[in-house]
Amino acid sequence: MTSSKKGDVLLVMRDLRIEGQADEKWHEIVRGIDLTLRRGEVLGLIGESGAGKSTIGIAGMGFTRPGCRFSSGTVTFDGIELTGAPEETKRRLRGSRIAYVAQSAAASFNPAHKLIKQFAEAPVQHGVLNAGQAAKDAVDIYRRLQMPEPDTIGFRYPHQVSGGQLQRAMVAMAMACKPDLIVFDEPTTALDVTTQIEVLAAIKDIVHQFNTAAIYITHDLAVVAQLADRIMVLRHGKLIEEGETRAMLAHPKEAYTGQLLAVRSYRRDEFPPSQDDPPLLEVRGISAGYGPLIKVLDDVSVKIGHKRTVAVVGESGSGKSTLARVITGLLPPYQGEILFKGQALPPSYKNRTKDQLRQVQMIYQMPDVALNPKQRVRDEIGRPLEFYLGMDAAARERRVKELLEMIELPAEFAERLPGELSGGQKQRICIARALAAEPELIICDEVTSALDQLVAEEILKLLQRLQDDLKVSYLFITHDLATVKAISDEIVVMLQGRVVQQGGKNAVLTPPHHEYTELLLSSVPEMDPDWLDDLLAKRAS
Amino acid sequence: MEDFVKLMRSSPWSARFGMAVILFYVVVAVFAPLISPYGETEIVGSEFEVWGGAFLLGTDNLGRDMFTRMVYGARNTIGIAFATTCLAFLIGGFFGLMAAALGGWVDQVLSRLVDILMALPPLIFALLLLAILGTSIPVLIGVIAVLDSTRVYRLARAVAMNIAVLDYVEVARLRGEGLLWIIRREILPNSLPPLVAEFGLRFCFVFLFIAALSFLGLGIQPPTADWGSMVRDNATLITYGDITPLLPAGAIALLTVGVNFVVDWFLHKTAGLRDDQ
Amino acid sequence: MDKILKMVAQRLALGVGTLFVVSLIIFGAVQLLPGDLAEAILGQAATEETVAAFRRELQLDLPAHERYLNWLFGILQGDLGRSLANQREISELIGKRLLNTLFLAGMAAAISVPLAVTLGVLAALYRNSFFDRMVNMATLTTISFPEFFVAYILVLILAVNIGMFPSISNVSSDLDFWDRVYRSFLPALTLTLVVVAHMMRMTRAAIINLLASPYIEMASLKGIKRARIITHHALPNALSPIINVIVINLAFLIVGVVIVEVVFVYPGLGQLMVDSVSKRDIPVVQACSLIFAATYVLLNLTADILSILSNPRLMHPR
Repeated sequence: MTSSKKGDVLLVMRDLRIEGQADEKWHEIVRGIDLTLRRGEVLGLIGESGAGKSTIGIAGMGFTRPGCRFSSGTVTFDGIELTGAPEETKRRLRGSRIAYVAQSAAASFNPAHKLIKQFAEAPVQHGVLNAGQAAKDAVDIYRRLQMPEPDTIGFRYPHQVSGGQLQRAMVAMAMACKPDLIVFDEPTTALDVTTQIEVLAAIKDIVHQFNTAAIYITHDLAVVAQLADRIMVLRHGKLIEEGETRAMLAHPKEAYTGQLLAVRSYRRDEFPPSQDDPPLLEVRGISAGYGPLIKVLDDVSVKIGHKRTVAVVGESGSGKSTLARVITGLLPPYQGEILFKGQALPPSYKNRTKDQLRQVQMIYQMPDVALNPKQRVRDEIGRPLEFYLGMDAAARERRVKELLEMIELPAEFAERLPGELSGGQKQRICIARALAAEPELIICDEVTSALDQLVAEEILKLLQRLQDDLKVSYLFITHDLATVKAISDEIVVMLQGRVVQQGGKNAVLTPPHHEYTELLLSSVPEMDPDWLDDLLAKRAS
Repeated sequence: MEDFVKLMRSSPWSARFGMAVILFYVVVAVFAPLISPYGETEIVGSEFEVWGGAFLLGTDNLGRDMFTRMVYGARNTIGIAFATTCLAFLIGGFFGLMAAALGGWVDQVLSRLVDILMALPPLIFALLLLAILGTSIPVLIGVIAVLDSTRVYRLARAVAMNIAVLDYVEVARLRGEGLLWIIRREILPNSLPPLVAEFGLRFCFVFLFIAALSFLGLGIQPPTADWGSMVRDNATLITYGDITPLLPAGAIALLTVGVNFVVDWFLHKTAGLRDDQ
Repeated sequence: MDKILKMVAQRLALGVGTLFVVSLIIFGAVQLLPGDLAEAILGQAATEETVAAFRRELQLDLPAHERYLNWLFGILQGDLGRSLANQREISELIGKRLLNTLFLAGMAAAISVPLAVTLGVLAALYRNSFFDRMVNMATLTTISFPEFFVAYILVLILAVNIGMFPSISNVSSDLDFWDRVYRSFLPALTLTLVVVAHMMRMTRAAIINLLASPYIEMASLKGIKRARIITHHALPNALSPIINVIVINLAFLIVGVVIVEVVFVYPGLGQLMVDSVSKRDIPVVQACSLIFAATYVLLNLTADILSILSNPRLMHPR
């Protein structure tokens, strides 16, 4: 390894094609990719779901997942052609010279072994180090990754370590043999923004320290901008654009890249705070939880005005989704009350009247499970019309058509089953179903987080247009600050079941912030390639 | 219809074989009086006559025509097993869906009750109850249906639970829909595939279970023609190297093989994920 | 560690509770009778006096809860009551037969468990291969066979045609070990065939499920040898599901034993129970039920506890 120097070509893919099996037929999912990676270089692979980025990434290890196969083209790692290589050749490379970091560390660590044992396995099995040296190395790398208690953390089992630490432990494990190349497969996607920073910083640091080449796979351009020297934009298994990071961010050549770059720039001005009295919905001093012991919400109060959008933002465990469950009546609170136009709502949805139920509708995070797979769109949207408004078949038919028009889908979609719709279309149907009830408040629980970014933005714009037309209020529950900035009038910041700051959008977003709001705001990656370095420098000072 | 033809085309040989077997048995069971040359309990010859001549498969230990008994056996054995399985599904399915949809104490009470019933091996429980209640066809059907419904309950509840927590069911609940509407429109249509497969498996189990009880002399009682007891009555022939008693046993085995092959294919088709069990 | 002890203790308590409920059911089931036991057994021809006398003898004049407590304490002291058919002590009737049954089930388990687990793991490792498909067909077929069909086929081939083994297993206590094994061979083989198919399919499903986990993919992306992936990554996590599979099938064996014993006229508990059911000798049926049920409950309890002990998440809490 010492004979090679930075800048030598390490990995080459030529016209790589990979097929995947679905319904007993083979479909091409990677359609002719050319890729060149040099030693010490970090290459970002970016694209939406179905772009084939992850498949290409692990193809760099000569690996295809079950149900996939190489159909043509070559993958050459340091002169060794991998697609046709015998298993033994590939096995010797994997772990020792090419390592892999998976999206979910919790699932990718073996629950039966301690972290340090799993760290040491590759170097010992590949004959690079003996067990004692490997253990020493592990502590050294844990320390470099700034893991807490680096001397002892390795002796824990995976389930005894938090998500962000586990992800760093996996980065450490990939480094165990000091490989020439690491494939990072969406390593921060499952993490909260504040945790994401730590892992990103750790990856950036360690890759530079050891001068390791890397393929970094993600759907988030802002994340990859912090790490990659070069970026390849992929779509439907094909290359859209390739270029040096700064150049691409400054001057994207293709329209698609431009769209990805602009994705977080949608903003709308704050409407002046409403002076309604009483407000549309008021949540007063709510404490709630699951069972008598697990308290999730602690004295939460929120007001929502007519035709307003209130965004509740927080990380996992902040209680923001529980708040939605309390308002809908799924989880009666221990204490506090919910007032709708000044009238107290019964705590449980079971005791609410049909009209009370009609006025508050909900849209969910996962459109896949929010629609009954056995019901056609017509029945899905038609049911609230029949149930709440007592429309007959003909009136329903007309109204379903109108609603489909409002959500910008053709009338023929009434005939479809959810299985025949894309993710964004399903979410539109969910919106139509909520609108069918003619509610005054719609609770949107992470409605865009399961969608690709471009689709998500379309959904946000649609929701905004519907609000302008229909004067409906939204309670927007999200972890994504870009969504908050885009759509809200008022912001409620939650941390561990409490409200830490709330107020008008401009007031909350302009300094001085509450300490946690500051942390949250500063942790959202920006398209600027220097953002991470600047931030770390600022935080260190 | 077109879909059906396409489905059949894509089926593996094992599933086709299974379907042919099931169809054959159903035809035999339905047209038993037309197919069989003699009456079900009619004594037509001497004991243990050999194959051929007037008696295609010889006669049994009392001199009744073996072939006739086999044909009627199809009707009785399958009919009773089918009725039992249906009853078990009605009981288990109903309570399982209820437990899943209602949750809370209803679910707790029903589930603990089922736990207790399942703490005893079914055959032992059945033997105990038959010893106390005596053996008759209604008792047999009742006892086995109740014992087997515990397994249907577990599956129906588990499947429905998985669906009941999905967002689209929550949507219906928040809309204010009644329990029956939710079960009928949201839960049931989506839990059908595993329940259909389970019906096949439960039928096999019940069918073998009744055959075993009959073989022990505690199931379907003489003179009703039934495959399990036919094996028992003619078992002595085996020691002379005569395979006649294996015929009814083989008839039982063939049908269960057929059903299992079809279910196996169905599971692959619908779930893809669910491998065995 | 405290948590583990607590969980194990909980399971044990649950097991004892289950046994108690089971005993209640077995005793209480008799109350399902229209009229009472005396009438049912003596039939309608019996005179008032004989029925009354019989009632006294069975202590049916005592209230039910008192009879239950007497019965339960009797059992705890090893007194199972007397048979109605021949007035003998039930414990005496059962003693040797229970040992015979345990011997037969043990023999079947000794053959079937290693066989089934090996075949199951192999089928999972060579998933969708020719071997796997053949095994799938074969096991699906064997599962579909009634026990007595398997038994008579074996008798026909191995006893009648070849004459290698006796078709009737008349074991007795004066036999030496190997003679006993020889005579029990056919029933044990029958049980093995019946249970192996189930056990193998369940093992295969458990392993396939496990091999789909991301940490197995991770191990192969770390360049670990296939054999080591199986032994170091799959097996430690497969322990709990495999233990479960084995115990479920051992419980299944106990039930299968009843029919096999009848076919081979094997002097075990199952045969006694079937005889007693046809004679409606209820005290003997109750005693046998209790023993079978207790074994079943104990096996399930063992599975529960072993799977707690083989789960790293529980063994090493946060």
